Amino acid sequence: MATINYDLELERAGAKATHGWRRLTFFARRYILGTIGLVIMVAFVLAALFADLIGRYDPLTVDSAQALLHPDMRHWMGTDSFGRDVWARIIHGARISLAVGLGSTALGSSIGVIIGLTSGYLSGWVDLVFQRIADILQSLPLLVLALVMTAALGPSLPNVIIAIAIPLIPIVARVIRANTLALREQPFVEAAKSIGMSEMRIALRHVLPNTLAPLIVLATAQLGSTILTEASLSFLGLGIPEPYPSWGRMLSESAAEYVRTAPWLVIFPGIAISLAVFGTNLFGDALRDILDPRQRG
Amino acid sequence: MFAYVVRRLGLMLVTLFGISIVIFFLLRIVPGNIVDILFDAAGFVDPADKANLERELGIDQPLVVQYLRWIGGLLHGDLGYSYVSEKPALDEILPRIPITARLAGLALLFSASIGIPLGVISAVYQGSRTDYALRVVSLSGLSLPSFWLGLLILMASVAMFGHIPIFNPNPRTFGEMFSTYCLPSLAVAFRSSALTMRITRSSMLEVLRQDYIRTARAKGASEASVNFHHALKNAILPVITVVGIEAAFLIGGLIVTETVFNIPGVARFLVEAIRWRDYPIVQNLVMFIAVIVVFANFTVDMLYAVFDPRIRYTD
Repeated sequence: MATINYDLELERAGAKATHGWRRLTFFARRYILGTIGLVIMVAFVLAALFADLIGRYDPLTVDSAQALLHPDMRHWMGTDSFGRDVWARIIHGARISLAVGLGSTALGSSIGVIIGLTSGYLSGWVDLVFQRIADILQSLPLLVLALVMTAALGPSLPNVIIAIAIPLIPIVARVIRANTLALREQPFVEAAKSIGMSEMRIALRHVLPNTLAPLIVLATAQLGSTILTEASLSFLGLGIPEPYPSWGRMLSESAAEYVRTAPWLVIFPGIAISLAVFGTNLFGDALRDILDPRQRG
Repeated sequence: MFAYVVRRLGLMLVTLFGISIVIFFLLRIVPGNIVDILFDAAGFVDPADKANLERELGIDQPLVVQYLRWIGGLLHGDLGYSYVSEKPALDEILPRIPITARLAGLALLFSASIGIPLGVISAVYQGSRTDYALRVVSLSGLSLPSFWLGLLILMASVAMFGHIPIFNPNPRTFGEMFSTYCLPSLAVAFRSSALTMRITRSSMLEVLRQDYIRTARAKGASEASVNFHHALKNAILPVITVVGIEAAFLIGGLIVTETVFNIPGVARFLVEAIRWRDYPIVQNLVMFIAVIVVFANFTVDMLYAVFDPRIRYTD
């Protein structure tokens, strides 16, 4: 298990950076793409937090007199067929994407960690059973599994979060399991055992913290795909129900027929999804380079 | 080798059996079946009619009995009847498969023929502007939802030809074939070509550091020969894995793309069946997808042994 000495890394890279701010700017310059990703992510979080302040209109108010207006100074991104302001719906939609992205990644990762840790630590039949369940879950594409899950649970925000979290569990569990298996053979675990530490304590205090770096890398990498999956589910009409302004849902309302008549209804929600996912992917890539040097290209 | 193959096949059966249980019971944990939906829509409910219909569809039986009936039928090639059309499920599913298979095949072809060369270029010029640009493009490939890409393609064709391409099951001219099959599969292929490119790049980078590459250069082999003959040949193995598994997972992109382009393939059929709670269709289609994924995984593992003589499956 390689741990990274940041001070050494910085010194080797020629940075005379000893304290906070200088180090931060050095990292920002070294990982330009990652920093761009981080900026995009922060922008979306801010939009989600202050959506009520930024948007001048309510995302849910229907006004047929204002239907399908072209983008202009009042409605920056135009209005949809119900006369709702697209800009307001997009920044409120950031809340949903963020809630689903963070919620399902957190849920899937935490269950995955528990299962991976127990599976790698106990081995034997527990491990065997978990492995077969993971096989089963992983033999369906993410979207198909999420589709069946939402169909079973019914469309609502918490159910969509659960439906997307479940396919993540085996992915996280497998990585944590492999790490745990490797860590168990490490001298420091043996040392802990020899001074009479309980297995439980070793697992939680020594093994778990050492799996954190790969876990963070993996979770960030999954963030983008959870946002994409939510968008696809809602696009298909099986995700977040009306009238919530989900980006995917906005595209399904406006799909093929508005391609000709109201292109702004197609372009802006798509840009929102792509930009959000692009930001998390850029950030995730940089994070992997920093935390997991073995994969560095 | 033989023992390994037998063991793998056994595990595949266990997995498929597990999926059948998960899917079957998952679809039925929520109260409310097609009969409820139909009768809710009608407004007036006569309990006797409802019970009749439930008996006719076989959903008055205990779940375990229903499950055994389904699996029993499946083993005999009888997939049951669609609730919606009341036709045999097999007759509903089979004609839609070639359409989706053609799209998937084309998408795979595009993704390999775009992704592999770009990945090689990116690796050979590592750290250059070209590499940077290609990496950003491939990352955007992983970020653009394929249904949005599909909508953009529709928008472009409206701008260029003045109309949206209409699906034609038997294209005659090249133009028809292009708009029917190539455009949608390009929308799907963008994402998987990005994935192929990333894997090719990292695999190539690994190989280019090896001693035998230096040896090849030292003996005077040309750059092209080193990159493509010596390096790519050894770097292609992980790419095969990803392309093989991606082949099965293309179905995710096809689901949304077939919806956007209004193509009557199996992928869109799955969504329609889920909306209608047409369980015989849903469970059989999901099983079909699972079989493809499981076999793709198996084939990829076997190909490993064929392409890399160092790998021998024993045990």
